[in-house]
Amino acid sequence: MAGGAPSIHLEVRAVTRSFPRDGQSKLDALGPVDMILRRGEFVAVVGPSGCGKSTLLDTLAGLSAPDSGSIVFEGAEVRGRVPEGIGVVFQEDASFPWMTVEDNVAFGLRRAGVSEAETRRRVSDALRLMGLADFARAYPAQLSGGMRQRVCIARTLVTRPRLILLDEPFGALDAQTRLLMGEELLTLWRATEASVLLITHALDEAAMLADRVLVMSARPGRFIDEIVTGWPRERDSRIAAEPAFGEITARLWKVLRAESMKAIGERQRPAAEPA
Amino acid sequence: MKAASRIRLGVIAALVALLELMVRGGAISRRVLLAPSEMAADLVRLLAEGHYHGDIATTLADVLTAFAIALTAGFATGVAIHALPRLRRALEPLLATYYAVPFFAFYPVFIVILGVGRAPIVIVGVLFGVVAMIVATLNGLDRIPRVLRKTAKLMRMGRIATALRIELPAALPYLFTGIKLAIAYAFIGVIASEFILAAEGIGYRIAYAFNNFDNRTMYALMLFIVGLVTAVNAAFHVAETRLQRRLGR
Repeated sequence: MAGGAPSIHLEVRAVTRSFPRDGQSKLDALGPVDMILRRGEFVAVVGPSGCGKSTLLDTLAGLSAPDSGSIVFEGAEVRGRVPEGIGVVFQEDASFPWMTVEDNVAFGLRRAGVSEAETRRRVSDALRLMGLADFARAYPAQLSGGMRQRVCIARTLVTRPRLILLDEPFGALDAQTRLLMGEELLTLWRATEASVLLITHALDEAAMLADRVLVMSARPGRFIDEIVTGWPRERDSRIAAEPAFGEITARLWKVLRAESMKAIGERQRPAAEPA
Repeated sequence: MKAASRIRLGVIAALVALLELMVRGGAISRRVLLAPSEMAADLVRLLAEGHYHGDIATTLADVLTAFAIALTAGFATGVAIHALPRLRRALEPLLATYYAVPFFAFYPVFIVILGVGRAPIVIVGVLFGVVAMIVATLNGLDRIPRVLRKTAKLMRMGRIATALRIELPAALPYLFTGIKLAIAYAFIGVIASEFILAAEGIGYRIAYAFNNFDNRTMYALMLFIVGLVTAVNAAFHVAETRLQRRLGR
């Protein structure tokens, strides 16, 4: 890339988010959080369960507005409105069960008024890329969990997002499928040149996939550590055999262990979990 | 045909055959019951004569009207209650116990308020079915995965587009339960009311035949109703199976 460090793609400053709890009091779910995502970067966020990872992602995507602080995506503020150019993949199966795979993938494009010829072209490209070409006419119920998640990824890809946010996208999948989906994600990242923010609770996943791993504290979630993995852009799951991989996961776990114990202690106290 | 369907048909055929034998053999008096084959023959004759076509049309029109009102009013009420959680918490026990009240016992009140005629009959049909539709609508709206609404928001869909393109299809399998109950209750409500409140309709004709010891007409019309309801249910069943096969539920 010409001319020094890549530009800032997403900038998060002092973002906080809380949820109302039993009428009066508030539950501080997140922050204050500061972070920067550079163009084309792959960043993973790990943290103990209930630390506000998903709240962070919803806020970044514009699905909910922060209480305070600012989120700037490509120079414009995101505030409870989904900006053009951001794609999100959730942990839960978000495929529409009443539509075929190809209609699922085409749905967003048709809504956005993209021409039918262009829609067809993009859909068939995305289906081929995700290994779903033979299942275009199938309904999600006929597919495995991993394939349904691929449908959701394909649905996100066809809109050509410049920033892809993933909220534990492989959380519901078995270990081997996760590994392979992780590799596919790396391939997609290289092919699309999008920036990626991956939220996960799996340390090995974060260590393997990301350029940089941010560690979140127990609730209210803040960033307490940052590890630059130093992997080359061309990488796959075989880096798990590198000594550096073991060092990264060991360091991640060292920081996270204490936070996870706090999170477990927190849950044993009667406190309403935000929905 | 699946084994279960074959067994089910076999059981029904065996019961009908048993009834036929018992009536023809004299174990059951003809003053009490007719042989199924005789009922069928009588029904064919009645339909050919055409004396009851008007009554059939009246009953069907009333059932359809009651069903349509129960469906739309039940769905609209369900959507409204779902949007108001506090009202819902207040109403939920009432909805849950609604069918425990034998409100048909209040039929004199219907006569006093609405008179005798088709309006009170349709209203009883609606009263029977509407709450089933409200409950099914609430259930369906509850079952829409949150992630689908988030997805709609990501696609920058407005409130109405989200309701029509995402929420309605996602809730449809649950709404089907209400739709099937509403049609069944509309039949029950209308025909039961016709026994008492009407001067026309299949229910009225059955009661009239009963009071005049006209077993042949009475059983033929009963058979007609059984056939009709079975056909309607089968049609809904086919539609629902087709939908569920797609949705894999």
